[in-house]
Amino acid sequence: MWQRIYALIVKELLASARDPQTRWVVLFSPPFLLLIYAFAITQEVSDVTLAVYNQDHGNASVELISRFEGAEVFDQIIHLRAGADIAPTIDARRATLVMRVGEDFSRRLERGESAEVQLILDGRRSNTAQILLGYSSRIVETYNQERLDRLRATAPVRLVQRTWFNPNLEPLWSAVPALFAVLVAVVGFMVSALSIARERELGTFEQLLVSPLRPFEILIGKSVPALLIALTSASAMLVLGMLFLNVPIRGSLALLFFGMVVYLAAIVGIGLFISSLAKTQQQAIIGLFMYMVPAVLISGYATPVENMPDWLQGLAAATPITHFIVISKAVYLREAPLWLYFSHIWPMALIAAASLLAATWLFRRRTG
Amino acid sequence: MVALVTIEGLTKRFPKQAEPALRSVSTQIRSGHIVGLVGPDGSGKTTFLRLIAGLLRADEGGIDVGGFDPVANAKEVRARIAYMPQRFGLYEDLSVEENLNLYADLRGLVGSARKATFERLLDFTGLAPFTGRLAGALSGGMKQKLGLACALVVTPELLLLDEPSVGVDPISRRELWRMVSRLTDEGITVVWATAYLDEAEKCETVLVLSEGDLIFDGRPADLAARVDGRVFMIEGIEGDRRYVLNKARQHEAVMDGTIQASDVRLLLNENAHAPSLASIGAGDEARLQPVAPRFEDAFIDLIGGGFRAESPFAGGSERSHDIAIAVEARGLTRMFGSFTAASEISFDVRRGEVFGLIGPNGAGKSTTFKMLSGLLKPTSGEARIAGVDLRTAASEARARLGYMAQKFSLYGDLSTMQNLRFFARVYGLTGARQRTMIARMIESFALTDKLDENSGQLPLGFKQRLSLACAVMHEPDVLFLDEPTSGVDPRTRREFWAHINAMVTNGVTVIVTTHFLDEAEYCDRAALIYRGQMIALGTPAELKAQAASSTMPNPTFEDAFIALVEENEAVNAP
Repeated sequence: MWQRIYALIVKELLASARDPQTRWVVLFSPPFLLLIYAFAITQEVSDVTLAVYNQDHGNASVELISRFEGAEVFDQIIHLRAGADIAPTIDARRATLVMRVGEDFSRRLERGESAEVQLILDGRRSNTAQILLGYSSRIVETYNQERLDRLRATAPVRLVQRTWFNPNLEPLWSAVPALFAVLVAVVGFMVSALSIARERELGTFEQLLVSPLRPFEILIGKSVPALLIALTSASAMLVLGMLFLNVPIRGSLALLFFGMVVYLAAIVGIGLFISSLAKTQQQAIIGLFMYMVPAVLISGYATPVENMPDWLQGLAAATPITHFIVISKAVYLREAPLWLYFSHIWPMALIAAASLLAATWLFRRRTG
Repeated sequence: MVALVTIEGLTKRFPKQAEPALRSVSTQIRSGHIVGLVGPDGSGKTTFLRLIAGLLRADEGGIDVGGFDPVANAKEVRARIAYMPQRFGLYEDLSVEENLNLYADLRGLVGSARKATFERLLDFTGLAPFTGRLAGALSGGMKQKLGLACALVVTPELLLLDEPSVGVDPISRRELWRMVSRLTDEGITVVWATAYLDEAEKCETVLVLSEGDLIFDGRPADLAARVDGRVFMIEGIEGDRRYVLNKARQHEAVMDGTIQASDVRLLLNENAHAPSLASIGAGDEARLQPVAPRFEDAFIDLIGGGFRAESPFAGGSERSHDIAIAVEARGLTRMFGSFTAASEISFDVRRGEVFGLIGPNGAGKSTTFKMLSGLLKPTSGEARIAGVDLRTAASEARARLGYMAQKFSLYGDLSTMQNLRFFARVYGLTGARQRTMIARMIESFALTDKLDENSGQLPLGFKQRLSLACAVMHEPDVLFLDEPTSGVDPRTRREFWAHINAMVTNGVTVIVTTHFLDEAEYCDRAALIYRGQMIALGTPAELKAQAASSTMPNPTFEDAFIALVEENEAVNAP
């Protein structure tokens, strides 16, 4: 029995290694995607143009604007001459935000009154807008603080802000762990969902069924290589993440890999289930996307699970991606306590067991 | 007669292939003829047709279709020809009428001309009662007729048909042939590509292709004349005809030998004397009867003889005697929805017997075959191999059978050696035994030069050998062969059957399905499956005798098949 399973595992690995298409899809494209996505995220908050419409002629406004000019996020500053230019500037995306300083800005500050600065943000790029808003308020806050210091006055309440785990609020730091979880799932799904459907399509599956291989042996022989391939791809992504994206890993790698094995068992189980349902590779791909897209959407990858309605949270808990995103973030950003890992590992183990059993069952049914 | 198509020194190469698909072919196709384009799979038939249709560009040489070059003057040539590819582009989810409409639209046939053409074509193809039926629900023969009708929406001067008879039952095949002959009466020139050598006999002229070379161009009778007086039948053989064939094949006077029901057919070398019947162990009652040569005899002569070596499987170890009945089918029935694919099929196969399931595609023979091999669960009834039901059997029981699927079903991305190793391991061959068996397969099937090549890239003949090697490496007791030699050239087919015969002599039981009626001659007994029913069961000689009549005293297997089907339909007619 072990020899038969071994034969199947060797065959699967050889076939994947020898097929240039599989090699590309499975081993090279996910790390590549990780870099591209990461690049895209960084891209969003750099290359920002700030437009300034300054109606004020005093020193205070010049000082404030020079602080904005000095900030790294703003690559380019353009000056507007008329209020009428504001709308076209935003419309044509010549600038992502416009800062307007009123004509009485310096005068009001001189008199000790509070003055207003208007920020106009491009809501079409809401993510960028939000980040820029954060940057801008910090600049204004520091400016206020220093003014107060000069006047030897103290502000009534000062907010001291420290973001743990991601002190500089680097967008990459929070995005990469989630992205990593999703891409690992994509690899696991692709390898497993195509495997049986592909053999069915090529006619080799019947050859396996008439051989002494038992259904569960075929299933093990299909799961293990898928798992190994996805782990290899995942390791490549981890290394790339450290080398090129400078995202540190604070937690235990051993725990991450342990979690990943359970995670991939669940992913591969679901993939094989879809695969034994499909007659052709095309059907398998369609089936896969019908599952994968909603699963990623409710996994907390894009929106926090806690904000979802209860029934959706239930569904999210039945999705392995949800759990692994938590584990991945935990390992990447901090040294989380053990109980946190295990509270997410056992649901994945449960999903793995259920899906693999279901796949074996379906597989027996579909063969006759 | 004028030449409609003139071809001069035509050569076509495909990238990544060492040998050209066509090598300096020159010929003329005359107006109003049916020209048979004959050759096994991979011999260049499709390439030849596609070059004439202007779908490929020649590397060397020229083609002239009625004064036009197919590539440079594509528009003029396309207006004159109709091309029906092997898998004609029928839309399976459209009805017969919608398919016709589509092709009429594409060809710009409108108004009353369209109506008249449709009427004529539907009448001509006999599809008039089925205009509303989905093309996907038609039988193989009807699909080909619809394909033909779609190709003919505009009457062409030249009709190119690529293997129109593949997957078509013998009755529809004859109808299709009659339809196409009628087209030539209207002055249409037809090129009919086929791998069936018997079809070639009926053409006015034939072009025979072998590995890209045009090896014969002329009338089929002229080709057959090459082997006149050299073809004999050994009748009344006592004992094992496989033994006689094996002996005869190795005799120096013999160029080719095949089993024909209970007799052995021999093709002798030029000016050679037939071997004495005693020397080949045919027995005292055997007679040597001269018979009329067939196209296939001449084809074998043309390619330099059949497979003549001794199969390495001869004299192998005798299989266990613990079973007398190797395979039992008891009332096997399989429904797909409301459709009965196989109904109440029962038979026994004895140990060491070659048993054939014969019938056209879609008749239910593959369904029966799959129920026997445990791939499909019968709706009712039972299939037992060596006393066990394979669907519920332990994997040890499955280790005793070998299976070779219809299409190449090894791992194309793996090398020859990796495939051999995989199947050796799966069938539990370990250590020294694994090494010896693999080495033996490599030697027996001459795979040494191909060990590192991806099996998907192997030439057809080698794929065939490798598939058989993987199926028999573990010395199975029962061997399942699904359409083992369809599209394979006659020499490879002879080699294949030489191996099978040698194994059968050692006690291996063989179940084979085929729609290739000539192949049925190799069987000890055969079941004819038609429309899900087993309509006849017996030895090939018995089946032929059953169909013999005063008008047809010596029916071929195909004649016998058609007669038995018609008889069956007459009985079942309401």
